[in-house]
Amino acid sequence: MRFLQPATWADALAIKAETPDAVPIAGGTDVMVELNFDARRPAALLDLTRVAELADWTADNGQVRLGAGVSYARVITELGGRLPGLAMAARTIGSPQIRNRGTVGGNLGTASPAGDCHPALLAGGAEIEVVSVRGRRIIPAAEFYTGVKRNAMEPDELIAAVHIPLPSGPEQFSKIGTRNAMVIAVAAFSLALHPDRNEVGTGIGSAAPTPRPAAEAGRFLAAALTEAGLWESRGELPDSVGERFASLVRAAAEPIDDVRGTATYRLHALAVMARRTLSWAWQDYQRAGRRAGSEGG
Amino acid sequence: MRITAIVNGERRQADDVWPGESLLYVLRERLGLPGSKNACEQGECGSCTVYLDGVPVCACLVAAGQAQGRSIVTVEGLAPGGVLHPVQQAFLDAGAVQCGFCTPGLIVAAHDLLARNPAPADLEIREALAGNLCRCTGYEKILDAVRLAANRTHGAD
Repeated sequence: MRFLQPATWADALAIKAETPDAVPIAGGTDVMVELNFDARRPAALLDLTRVAELADWTADNGQVRLGAGVSYARVITELGGRLPGLAMAARTIGSPQIRNRGTVGGNLGTASPAGDCHPALLAGGAEIEVVSVRGRRIIPAAEFYTGVKRNAMEPDELIAAVHIPLPSGPEQFSKIGTRNAMVIAVAAFSLALHPDRNEVGTGIGSAAPTPRPAAEAGRFLAAALTEAGLWESRGELPDSVGERFASLVRAAAEPIDDVRGTATYRLHALAVMARRTLSWAWQDYQRAGRRAGSEGG
Repeated sequence: MRITAIVNGERRQADDVWPGESLLYVLRERLGLPGSKNACEQGECGSCTVYLDGVPVCACLVAAGQAQGRSIVTVEGLAPGGVLHPVQQAFLDAGAVQCGFCTPGLIVAAHDLLARNPAPADLEIREALAGNLCRCTGYEKILDAVRLAANRTHGAD
């Protein structure tokens, strides 16, 4: 095994082009487990922790460009206000030690159906920036996950960054596990209300072969809010809307039985989380409206 | 491959390191620092917690080469000259040590917490230690030890 440690992004891309079977490593929270347990013996490790271009984030043009090497700990402390949904998901990951090392880019590289960032990225309308010596591609999160631990990347590509629109409305995230820390999700759900365009973003985790949006549920909810004038009035949400939304989220999932839970339980949990996140987000939306009203008056 | 790093303030070197090896293996087996414990090898237990450039990490999840040129502090480095750090003394005084296997990782995690937050609330202590498992005692005496260390160092102001 070789250990390749480029100091620049250009060098990293050149190495990946020459050595496409080199396994990228950042925080090591997935890759090192496989190495420690003899589950993987790649020809080379491509260490990305020295590439300064990956280690920061910027915010402009209404979006955050989050470098692939930014740790979850930094997402929480530096971006909790700008990207509340992703920060909520990041807070549920592992432990302080894991959050100090693990990165959103690594979560995307592994592309586990149980990765905690994915529901929030889906709901928030994130796009993944992947780059090779051949050029740059921007892949919407909903098209990025292609199978169990598979993604849409070519062997010579690396993840440069994630582009996440600054939310125009509330975001919520919910995850079910056996304890608060160090848990792989049994099921997870993320919701984002987008009042700037009267749309609703959703993301399901750990309940299908890939992270996936509950697209029909989002369209139903957005239309129901529009028909009842609720985007503007911020009035009470009818229970029937929440019930229908929850059942459509449930219908979008395709879970299996495994060591962490049964398919039946996951479906039930998803419906509960869909209803809860909607009620939390709607309360946030109403509060934000009252605040704006009192400031305006 | 050869790895050189600043370990507990000293420049140390390890040769013939396998590129897939963890920092934990280098510390324990090549540099003779067995304080960091090897248990789960998957970041679940926190027994191998060390500072890497001032940030607590699981040494089992750091590839050896990623530590090249970096600064590492292990539990051994918290007691220079054999004088126990107040966190270590508090673990002894509170009876927070039984078999001792989880203790080094908990000491480093608690040390980091109190460096950032000298007077943590109980919930903050629990959150800071959430990545460290103890299979002997339960956690009450460990929480007592962290409160004791906080009181002794912060309460003395």
